[in-house]
Amino acid sequence: MTTRTGRRSVQGGIGESTIRPDGVPKLRGEFMYAQDMHVEGMLWGATTRSPHPHARIVSIDVGPALAIGGVHAVLTHDDIPGPGLFGLEHPDQPVLAGDVVRYWGEPVAIVAAEDEDTARRAAEAVVVEYEELEPLVDAEEADARDEVFRRMKIRRGDQEARGSVVVEGYYEVGMQDQAPLGTEAGLAVPDGNGGVDLYATSQFVHVDQQQVVEALGLRPEQVRAHPVGIGGAFGAREDVNLHIHLCLLALYTGRPVKMVYHRGESFTGHVHRHPARMWYRHEADENGRLVRVEAKILVDGGAYASTTAAVLANACYFAVGPYKCDSVAVDGVGARTNNPPCGAMRGFGAVQVCFAYESQMDRLASALGMDPLELRRRNALATGDRLATTGQVIDTPLPVVEVIDSLAAMPLLVDEPGSGGDLPGGSGLTTEPRHVRRGVGYALSIKNLGFSEGFDDYAQARVRLSPEGAIVETAAIEVGQGLVNVLAQIARTTLGVSRAEVRHVDTSRIDSAGSTSASRQTQLSGGATHEAARRLRQRILEHYRADDLDDEGVWRGDTLVAAWDDLVRDGWEETVTFRHPPTEPPDENGQGKMHADFAVAGHRAVVDVDPELGLVRVLRVDTAQDVGKALNPESIRGQIEGGILQGVGLAVMEELVLDRGRIRNATFTDYLLPTILDAPDVEAILIEQEGSWGPFGAKGVGEPPTISSTPAVVAAIRDATGKELNRVPVRPQDIALEEEVAR
Amino acid sequence: MIIGFRLNGQEVTARVDHPASLLDVLRDQLGAYGSKNACEQGECGSCSVLLDGELVCSCLVLAADAEGSEVTTVEGVAPEGELHPVQEAMNRVGAVQCGFCTPGFVVAAVDLFERNPHPTSREIKEALAGNICRCTGYGAIIRAFEELAGREVR
Ligand code: FES
Ligand code: FES
Repeated sequence: MTTRTGRRSVQGGIGESTIRPDGVPKLRGEFMYAQDMHVEGMLWGATTRSPHPHARIVSIDVGPALAIGGVHAVLTHDDIPGPGLFGLEHPDQPVLAGDVVRYWGEPVAIVAAEDEDTARRAAEAVVVEYEELEPLVDAEEADARDEVFRRMKIRRGDQEARGSVVVEGYYEVGMQDQAPLGTEAGLAVPDGNGGVDLYATSQFVHVDQQQVVEALGLRPEQVRAHPVGIGGAFGAREDVNLHIHLCLLALYTGRPVKMVYHRGESFTGHVHRHPARMWYRHEADENGRLVRVEAKILVDGGAYASTTAAVLANACYFAVGPYKCDSVAVDGVGARTNNPPCGAMRGFGAVQVCFAYESQMDRLASALGMDPLELRRRNALATGDRLATTGQVIDTPLPVVEVIDSLAAMPLLVDEPGSGGDLPGGSGLTTEPRHVRRGVGYALSIKNLGFSEGFDDYAQARVRLSPEGAIVETAAIEVGQGLVNVLAQIARTTLGVSRAEVRHVDTSRIDSAGSTSASRQTQLSGGATHEAARRLRQRILEHYRADDLDDEGVWRGDTLVAAWDDLVRDGWEETVTFRHPPTEPPDENGQGKMHADFAVAGHRAVVDVDPELGLVRVLRVDTAQDVGKALNPESIRGQIEGGILQGVGLAVMEELVLDRGRIRNATFTDYLLPTILDAPDVEAILIEQEGSWGPFGAKGVGEPPTISSTPAVVAAIRDATGKELNRVPVRPQDIALEEEVAR
Repeated sequence: MIIGFRLNGQEVTARVDHPASLLDVLRDQLGAYGSKNACEQGECGSCSVLLDGELVCSCLVLAADAEGSEVTTVEGVAPEGELHPVQEAMNRVGAVQCGFCTPGFVVAAVDLFERNPHPTSREIKEALAGNICRCTGYGAIIRAFEELAGREVR
């Protein structure tokens, strides 16, 4: 009989900044990414893409491509054994274009060959005759022609309400790219029985699997999608791109097929953040209380639906921001054009409107002669209030006032302009210190967590016991955010054991975890892990009439009644499907309980500007963020710093430039990404208020840092320059020259 | 043509049929997948290696030019089973998220600390300005190397 020497506390549980288990393999270059997969006898795939944004396909001649030695297959629309359509929300996008191409870079043919170089040469050798058509590239024209994916109408409260202070504004947001460092890549392996195993970059393997099945007319059990190593996502991995192509080529050739997009192809091969045009009117009383907000929001969805309907809805639902207002009218349009398709990117619609409503709040503050933070405090939304747009009563913690107070209390830690050589022009001595002007700006944001509008949003997780400790099985994708840490931490704390790890399993072995998006996995897969671990512990304790479980086994008082190895032999496991509180679709006025939870954040940016050259240096972006409960503080800090820099990128440098539907800057040379020299210092305050339905009260943390950082930086540039700056990214000419984007 | 060089201390040979980059040869022919391809234009540093001790973007080096040289990749910066101090520093402070940029940062930082064991914050940033990270916002990467440089961490 073993006698207990005293209970050890669990190591590596929630609240600790545990070291991530995939860190060492990644640091050594041993971690397997989709780009690194290879199997004996595999072929390489490549894609023939349309050089036109809109054209009729007159003919396709695959002969010249097939004639190249080493080419095994050249497939077109006619070779697809099934409906040949896909799409996240509804299948409107051809796997390979049939009669018409609708955007620049749309796939027209796919090739499999012995090596990558041959595959690419063959893809170029496919002869496609096009008859060019006029591309529709202007979202307002699309709106006028009723070429739309969705229209939204929100009407809440007395539509006649009027305030005494009125500000109007027009705002634009350019097309941002997620630019994950790992491009699209994958490997499909035929199983010899008409089925296929897919290993490809993804944020949601179950929905990839489903789209492969439907597009190719397969049975669900014939396709297994496996989670694989992925070099970032930020929304770009939510839609299918090479997945169906790979499966089609593998099934056709009977050989494993690998495909990797190069950077230029990646820019055309995934969806982007929707560019937006927004018209706003805010009316307030003389005390600064919002009396009425009107907005028209137009987002360009590009050629195919992707998630435009949901992005537009989010933009409209959060059009007022984290503020109270009882008279609201919002009209939204998701336009269909011949521009590149747009879909998910971190912030998902909340980013675009945040730039507009926070710009409006600053204008209102200046019209009232009021401090911008004081104006926000007077209008701050709180738990128990109704969301201004949808009327939903907020029943989880919403610390808007706490965010404002925290930001206001943070010391402004900056040196004199130019000290240390950090000038807007960098070390190139382009800027003279005496010309530098400093500005400070603030912005707040609100975003839903999890999927909304009645979507059945769930995640399954399994906790089982193994000789190595507890294993959490899941199909939830680790995109870099640290899910492999946090799920293990939840399992350790809940079970009471210190050894736990996460293992990814394919779609045939577990039900969906849902998408790694909408800041949802900590709450959803975390919730499933928490509940599975809780039930497993309870069942074990009840079975042995025991009172504790730890790394050694099950204890009744000081007596070990079953050792860990006995538990492992008995195969204890628990599988749980976790759902967040139900939501509902909107009524005809856009009213209802569409969201399961919300998170707020605030940012304060400090910038130095060289007004003559139009150069900006973002010195600091400080933040306070509503996190519910900080399960892994260092991971959260990583999300905050990374998210802020993407927001800074949208504020001052990142934009895909289109010329009649064609992307002009599809390279890392021309699409500017922030480097380490562009990164501001960040101080972050995590606001913990328990009460959300996430595990231990945790909220998702991935998106809020990206949302209000952009308007905070622009507000700081306005503060420094006095310019209106109604478009992001702010370019040097917007600062140095006189013209504004006038509407 | 057949080229030969030393990869992390081992003699290797590879067949180069077309103007392949050193990165292509490392990954596709030698199975050394540690160095990453994220832009193949010299803009991101994910493919950083040491070529005869000099930090280069292997996507910009013609494989044929590596003939007879010593190439050190992320797989070769520390002995088997050990971590280089640069890797340890990054691991400790959460400087790895998706990790796709990580091999490039490791190699660039190994180069920096070999040349300058106590770099200032500014020297750290300048040395790593050619490496793009899309995930971390660089904060943890800077903290890792400031700590390693023995400087006070912000
Ligand atoms: S892949 Fe070589 S610098 Fe980007
Ligand atoms: S950790 Fe993902 S790019 Fe740096």
